[in-house]
Amino acid sequence: MNINLTLIGQMITFAFFVWFCLKFVWPPIMNALEERKATIADGLAAAEKGQHEEELAKNRAIEILKEAKDKAQEIISQADKRASEIIEESKDTARVEAERIMTAANAEIEQEANRAREALRGQVVSLAVQGASKVLKKEIDAKANEDLLNDLVAQL
Amino acid sequence: MSSETISSADYIKHHLTNWTYGQFPDGHWGFAHTGEEAAAMGFNAIHVDTMFWSLSLGFLFIWLFRKAAKTATTGVPGGLQNFVEWIVEFIDTSVRGSFTAKNNLVAPMALTIFVWIFLMNFMDLIPVDVLPRLAAEIGAAVFGADPHHVYFKVVPSTDPNATFGMAIGVYLVVLFYSIKIKGVGGFTAELTMQPFQSKNTAVQLIFIPINFLLEFVSLIAKPISLALRLFGNMYAGEMIFILIAIMFNAGLVMGIFGGFLQLGWAIFHILIITLQAFIFMTLTIVYMEMAHHDH
Repeated sequence: MNINLTLIGQMITFAFFVWFCLKFVWPPIMNALEERKATIADGLAAAEKGQHEEELAKNRAIEILKEAKDKAQEIISQADKRASEIIEESKDTARVEAERIMTAANAEIEQEANRAREALRGQVVSLAVQGASKVLKKEIDAKANEDLLNDLVAQL
Repeated sequence: MSSETISSADYIKHHLTNWTYGQFPDGHWGFAHTGEEAAAMGFNAIHVDTMFWSLSLGFLFIWLFRKAAKTATTGVPGGLQNFVEWIVEFIDTSVRGSFTAKNNLVAPMALTIFVWIFLMNFMDLIPVDVLPRLAAEIGAAVFGADPHHVYFKVVPSTDPNATFGMAIGVYLVVLFYSIKIKGVGGFTAELTMQPFQSKNTAVQLIFIPINFLLEFVSLIAKPISLALRLFGNMYAGEMIFILIAIMFNAGLVMGIFGGFLQLGWAIFHILIITLQAFIFMTLTIVYMEMAHHDH
């Protein structure tokens, strides 16, 4: 219970411990704490940024997908349109071709008919002339009645 | 100590006497053999047990914290580092809470005070007879001393020298910063120009001694209350442990009852030792804050 030199000793001891703590204990621990705080803050910020970027990427992927779908739709509809166009075109072509063939066939038929008619006409003329020459033998001169025969042929 | 050899009064007295090395009235230096001899040495004496335990516990503190500080990583902290960081953060929060100025000394000082006082107070939880008895046995066996004259007080904070040493240390720092921040004039003005103020110079002159008397008392009261609060609490706690220990010699029933009492008081004392360390630290921070600001 006596106050004595211990008081001085304790003051010196106290001063020493405070000094030691101030120099060698407090700063490194506080630095470590501060640095860790900073590291954690950075990590959290990076994570948040990553999340944000992921969301952006997701959105972009959805957009691209949508675009692709739209494009595909467009291509399909274009192809459909083109297909019907081609069908129409080929129908037209077929119709025209058919008409052309028919016309050509008709013309040939007419030609054939005309040719047959000409041939028949020739044959009829020659038959008529033969018959007439047989009937008229003497009096009828082929030359004299040529105009008459030609008229006859023209009427046939 | 047993009651067969010494009385209860002697037992208590023995427990409350420090192991003292000092100058005898006749001039030579040596260890005091009795409390009376120690008292007769006056100021030229030193309490070996107080110095030994406070230094040991202080070195335990700086060794432990230095170890953690050296290996402090910014990565995942280990067990010791976690523990140390927990205390450091607690101190840091306390300091930030009540100290607004910038002073790098305050937080390390608060940490030292808190941990050191806690460790010194913690010695109170070791059963009162263990270490003194051990010291007596060693003293008797190794140095041939009379075991009744081996004094060993293990709780440094029950020695007013330790608590006053710390309180005065804190107070010197507070005074230093008071004068450094406010200047000699500002510090003097704080002592003399308040709480009573007057525009009239003559009245103010009358107020100055009154103000000084009031402020001086509050100035002096700070270190004294700081030291006595810790000392009183720890001394009283130690005394109760000693009184409970006496019951162990009063038969089986009283002994068992005493055991329960000791357990209860020790559990309660865990609160007290922490609280006293915390109060000393907080008041130090508050005094430092007052030194940095005009109030």
